[in-house]
Amino acid sequence: MSAHSTAARPGRRPRRLGNPVAGAGALVWLVVVLLPLYTLLSSSLTRQDQALSGNPLAPPADPTLDNYGFVLDSGFLTLMGNTAVVAVATVALVLVFSVPVAYVAVRTRSGASMAVFRTFLLGVAIPAQAVVVPLYMLIAEMGMYDTLLAIILPTAAFAMPVAVLVLTSTMRDISEELYEAMALDGARPLRMLWTLTVPMSRAGISTVVIFSALQAWNGFLFPLILTQSEEQRVLTLGLFNFMGQFGLNVPALLAAVVLSVIPIFTVYLFARRALINGLMGVGGK
Amino acid sequence: MTTLTTPLEKQRTGAAAGPRPRRRAADGRRASGRPSVAWAVPGLLFFGLFAVVPMGLAVYLSFTSWDGLTSPTPVGLDNWTRLFGDPEFLQAARLSALLTVVSWLFQTPVALLLGVWAAGRQRNRAVLSAVFFLPLLLSTTAISVLFHALLDPNFGVVKEIGPWFGIDPNILGTSTGALLTVAFVGGWQFMPFHTLIYQGGMRQIPQVLYQAAAIDGAGPLRQFFSITLPQLKNTVTTSSVLMIVGSLTYFDTVLIMTKGGPGTDTTIVPYLMYRVGFQSYDLGYASAVATALVVVATGLSLLMVRFSGFGAMRSTREGM
Repeated sequence: MSAHSTAARPGRRPRRLGNPVAGAGALVWLVVVLLPLYTLLSSSLTRQDQALSGNPLAPPADPTLDNYGFVLDSGFLTLMGNTAVVAVATVALVLVFSVPVAYVAVRTRSGASMAVFRTFLLGVAIPAQAVVVPLYMLIAEMGMYDTLLAIILPTAAFAMPVAVLVLTSTMRDISEELYEAMALDGARPLRMLWTLTVPMSRAGISTVVIFSALQAWNGFLFPLILTQSEEQRVLTLGLFNFMGQFGLNVPALLAAVVLSVIPIFTVYLFARRALINGLMGVGGK
Repeated sequence: MTTLTTPLEKQRTGAAAGPRPRRRAADGRRASGRPSVAWAVPGLLFFGLFAVVPMGLAVYLSFTSWDGLTSPTPVGLDNWTRLFGDPEFLQAARLSALLTVVSWLFQTPVALLLGVWAAGRQRNRAVLSAVFFLPLLLSTTAISVLFHALLDPNFGVVKEIGPWFGIDPNILGTSTGALLTVAFVGGWQFMPFHTLIYQGGMRQIPQVLYQAAAIDGAGPLRQFFSITLPQLKNTVTTSSVLMIVGSLTYFDTVLIMTKGGPGTDTTIVPYLMYRVGFQSYDLGYASAVATALVVVATGLSLLMVRFSGFGAMRSTREGM
């Protein structure tokens, strides 16, 4: 009976257990996700004098963009610029270092390559907090304290384990026959990497790009510990600072939050599929 | 024919090539075209310098006294004996463990159900999944700032809707409430990630299993417990490892939302490390705290990874 009804709708896969429960749960979660985001937007558009008195759930009676103007005038663009530099440099470093590692892990079946792979696998478990004191020392010794480089280098290093995992799982699915065909044509490993592995791993590479950009864009601990001056301040630290600085000006603070998210949202709009497919791969069996 | 003789061929070329590690032998069709392990060296060095070496340094520093300005002086086991007798650390360790358990209990069922649900291919699920994803794009800082505003007892949303659920508007001012809030905010942020992991695991379960079960007359519930859950075993491990390491290292949320308070009731291990190290400049002791943290975090992950065989190199498409 149920087999008939599923057969009648070819687009739908059979079973889908626990659907009513999970479906209802999904709706509840939708509210849990959207309510804070809705409040974020509506508060950021509310006049400050109305924010303290009105119902925070009601849409702004008299929407205004003044809060955004105020935030932009408070040095927000410097924060944005610094963060962009950090993000771009982090992504570049992660790709340059991770692609060869993943390539070796997949293509070289030696004990050494497994050891390399395992190192990164374990690296996933190193918490940034655990190394922040020695990093502070190391960065100071290298004369990089309070520079953007002090943020970029550790951020990139800490994005590498996930990058290697994602790239490895994508590259593993490239068929051996393609490599054999290229080998018959006399291709060397570098050419295979460049003309076969990299183009075929585009999905994984996009994931790594977005993932490490996200980490750099959203990182807090490294900037907090490894920089100091206002000139080197990134967005997350800026938000933290605004919290004290703006005092009760919650609408402005939330406008700053919205502004800090816009670039990432934009990237997400264009690269959603790549990111999501890649992240799903991390948990694959 | 070629495939049949290949192992033998490999053996021969391997023997003929002698000690040379590179196997680009003239006749070795399969053995050729593989990159040397040396290619991984730059990545390994970079990762080593900024992640592995600091890890070692942290252990070294935990045996020193260091104020961040002068050079570290070795003090033997002082920091470690102090650690195990320090009521603040013991409380922080207890709070971290509690936070981890609460986070796991909260996130795993929700993420699992959402993931299983989202693995269906209908359009509405795709759209909803895209919405669910949004919190992952916000930085922890942004999220903490946002929830700090939402939970303001005087003009935040909690003042309006808290009472509906019996929630004290001053939730951040109560010790249990503050810890639960930290767990909730973390879950709010990372749920999409774990949902995706489960969704990915779900899509890899061969449909044949469900078809066979349906023929045998197994209902949805039975299918869930007899097929879905066992098949997702490795996925649960992956997700749990990440969750545990994640909640052991919550920091931004605590710093921004509660400053470890009320009192020291949300001073979890990473926050204690920060306070001791970068506010009291007792960096040797902070290193001991950090080392203890990493020992626990990696210990737990290793245990779980070993337990489940997640580390095995297997193609995701193998056997399908």
